[in-house]
Amino acid sequence: MSDINAGGWRPSMGEAGDAKFTTSSGDYGLMLEEALSFELGSPDKCGVDLDPADRAPVAGLGKFLRKAAPGLPGLTEPETVRHYTRLSRQNYAIDLGPFPLGSCTMKHNPRLNEKMARLPGFADVHPMQPQKTIEGALEVIEQLADWLITLTGMASVAMSPKAGAHGELCGLLCIRAALDARGEKRDVVLVPESAHGTNPATAAFAGFKVESIPATPEGRVDVAALKAKLGPNVAGVMITNPNTCGLFEPDMKEIGDAVHAAGGYVYCDGANFNAIVGKVRPGDLGVDAMHINLHKTFSTPHGGGGPGAGPVVLSEALAPFAPLPFVTRGADGSIHLVEEENASEGHAQAFGRMVAFHGQMGMFTRALTYILSHGADGLRQVAEDAVLNANYVLRSCEDLLPAPFADSGPCMHEALFSDAGLAEGFTTLDIAKGLIDEGFHPMTVYFPLVVKGAMLVEPTETESKAGLDRFIGSLRSLAQRAKAGDQSLHSAPHFAPRRRLDETLAARKPVLVWKGEPGVPGTPSLSEIGGS
Amino acid sequence: MRYLPLTPADRIAMLAKIGADTVDDLFIDVPEAARLAGPIEGLPAHASEMAVERHMSALAAKNVSAGSAPFFLGAGAYRHHVPASVDHLIQRGEFLTAYTPYQPEIAQGTLQVLFEFQTQVARLFGTDIANASMYDGSTACWEAILMAARVTRRGRSVLSGGLHPHYGEVVRTMAKFTQDDIISLPAKMVAEADDAAVIAAIDDKTSCVVVQYPDVMGRIPDLAAIAEAAHAKGALLVVVVTEPVALGLIEAPGVLGADIVVGEGQSIGVGLQFGGPYLGLFGCREKFVRQMPGRLCGETVDVEGKRGFVLTLSTREQHIRREKATSNICTNSGLCALAFSIHLTLLGGEGLARLAGINHARAQATFERLTRISGVSLMNDAYFNEATLILPRDAREVVRELADRKVLGGVSLGRLFPQGEGLRNGLLVAATETTTDEDIEAFALELEAVLEGASA
Repeated sequence: MSDINAGGWRPSMGEAGDAKFTTSSGDYGLMLEEALSFELGSPDKCGVDLDPADRAPVAGLGKFLRKAAPGLPGLTEPETVRHYTRLSRQNYAIDLGPFPLGSCTMKHNPRLNEKMARLPGFADVHPMQPQKTIEGALEVIEQLADWLITLTGMASVAMSPKAGAHGELCGLLCIRAALDARGEKRDVVLVPESAHGTNPATAAFAGFKVESIPATPEGRVDVAALKAKLGPNVAGVMITNPNTCGLFEPDMKEIGDAVHAAGGYVYCDGANFNAIVGKVRPGDLGVDAMHINLHKTFSTPHGGGGPGAGPVVLSEALAPFAPLPFVTRGADGSIHLVEEENASEGHAQAFGRMVAFHGQMGMFTRALTYILSHGADGLRQVAEDAVLNANYVLRSCEDLLPAPFADSGPCMHEALFSDAGLAEGFTTLDIAKGLIDEGFHPMTVYFPLVVKGAMLVEPTETESKAGLDRFIGSLRSLAQRAKAGDQSLHSAPHFAPRRRLDETLAARKPVLVWKGEPGVPGTPSLSEIGGS
Repeated sequence: MRYLPLTPADRIAMLAKIGADTVDDLFIDVPEAARLAGPIEGLPAHASEMAVERHMSALAAKNVSAGSAPFFLGAGAYRHHVPASVDHLIQRGEFLTAYTPYQPEIAQGTLQVLFEFQTQVARLFGTDIANASMYDGSTACWEAILMAARVTRRGRSVLSGGLHPHYGEVVRTMAKFTQDDIISLPAKMVAEADDAAVIAAIDDKTSCVVVQYPDVMGRIPDLAAIAEAAHAKGALLVVVVTEPVALGLIEAPGVLGADIVVGEGQSIGVGLQFGGPYLGLFGCREKFVRQMPGRLCGETVDVEGKRGFVLTLSTREQHIRREKATSNICTNSGLCALAFSIHLTLLGGEGLARLAGINHARAQATFERLTRISGVSLMNDAYFNEATLILPRDAREVVRELADRKVLGGVSLGRLFPQGEGLRNGLLVAATETTTDEDIEAFALELEAVLEGASA
């Protein structure tokens, strides 16, 4: 923080080793604070050497010219590298330890993926170059598409959606288009209450009404309740399988048959495909559309919240409606790009376009690299090890933390616990924040909503047994402390770059941009908050 | 398998702890008929790093990279020089391999970057606030239209004919399903943007007008005039910026009266990447904040009073509001936002202005040379780093023939607007700081040869 060292050493700092000891810089050894770039830089600084333009703007531009350069601070290269490197050290990351966020899935990101995506033939190619100059790019898309189709046992895949929720939207729009083609107006989509929030949001975004389906006490979709809701107004169902309780839906085929018999379609949220890749093909279970989060199953990096990529595999029934653009392979083996210009030749039913250009190409190269590295045998091993790791966590902790569905059998890729049985006033949040002090990223908390105080632990296949044992040791220790009523947990984390942050304050009077003058330290925006 | 840490002995010990005999016992919930007995047939087995690298490199080698030929494509994706430190920094594992910052105490790096990013975007656009990014420019454009409808409680939007046709297609595709009323003005190959047509289309049912700045043909609309006309009828002005480097030279849309500004951030820090992942930018007036889509990062304090950052106002978002959310968006483009932010930090305001000036000057040099070719003329009165050339024949064929001659010579309007009338001879040409005099001369000579009908 910029103002911390303003006063220099003060007698109140205390002696080294005592709890109140502070340093004059505000930094503590390798625990480094960092000001905002706006406080460090100034608009006249530049980390890029640029000669002035060699001519004046054309006359026509005169009235459009901006009056002053944008008020953006610049930094030289050494300052820039230091700013971002110091900031990076305030982040937890999969490179530092497990990231056991259930249903979010963060596995190791192989560095070969990064190297391949940066080959100039992929990284430095424009999306609208003439086709003969991008044949390798189209081939990457086609090869990845072929793998996804084969691994899922589906008929086709729409590659362009930008992320999982965008893929959900693509699948539901295919369903809308198919219903339109049948001349039917069905406006209801059934969504289980354990679903990701994106499912109902997407259905609403696509213009459907959402009706909720309850879960059984075993954590599965209530098939009877679902069947009771089927009818001529139901466009389809959205089922997550494996579901967000970490369980496989054993009645998936029966559900699919019933939905199809009633004239609807089955959307499968494929967020958890990593649990079954190479072991089960969703196409064998009556699925009509399923998105695949490439970062979850196929290891593309998530970079602090994106980019994602959400290709959608489709059944024969929905394939004709896939959005533009896409890549097809002709009978002679040649690859063709289908877009607005040529879609009328055999693809007139495409429902339209969801994105500019071709989708997340940089994620396709990474995912294909990952898939080729594993091969059919390795991908199967991925699912087996992911499920094995999750069950190991489940059985290693269930004596201390209640596991609501553990009695009904093994889990899939994630282990679900609840905070029932902790001492009075202790909750999932205390366990989660305690894990931070233990050096781990917490699990997914308070999701799925069907379990009170849910803790959803997904270790993934890229954790070693020794690493899991350390994590389990910490989780058990925290459970014991929370059962014993260890008050220090309420104020955890104690050892993170920040203690618990005031989220209510942030939401009550949002400060979303820095409002000071570049290069002038201080935090005027904070004093505004204080005045509210 | 180099990515799987469990040893056979580990697996046996873990199965014993679980109380299962084999790993297949853990898949008992899967109906027997759906369980695959072994690896899917017909697919290759695992491969070494060296073998995969060879395979992928061979595919990459089949593409002509932009840096290997005279290159003049734009149309919503621009080739700029990205300083080496940008790519180095985004590959730091703490950024690259972090997930969404759900636990702010151990995600301050990502969160502070997002706060800085939001501030940069807002200052670049001249808007009060900005969000933590969207998928790309086209999806941000559709989200802006939805947001305008929420703000104005009206359902009719007017799209300028100068809007990138892919963006227009995304909007029309989505609107088909949501029943929003979209009026799409035609693209015309004339010197000035269609401001008058946009203004004439605004009525008291109009929720917003969507205007690209500079537009897809490189022209520059008069935003202040359109804003005034829109506001007079209670409609919002949504401005789309697909080349943010332009804002180093021309006035910020927010300053000219835009209510929502969205854009594609690819041209700063991200690179071409055959179209994705890119970076949706989204800024607007502060009073609309609770109608905004996407993640927002906000400033707060921790229990010790230290400044810190959190994701905030999540009551707008799908994980809380479910079917009542402002959008179904869940992911942003965090890593691309980081690249954008680092590149813009390296540039600074004056650096960006200088870069923009260089881009404009390179475009001038390009058009001065190309319009010396017989039969080639410049359509635009004004442009930034991209403009439309009018050729004596169908530009789609010309682009293909130029590619045969190892020149990547722009994007034809015929490909962008396959249904458009009177656009066939238009060629959209962009130049940036990466365009050399040698590139321009090579382009000019080959274009001349193609137009003279010489064989390659």
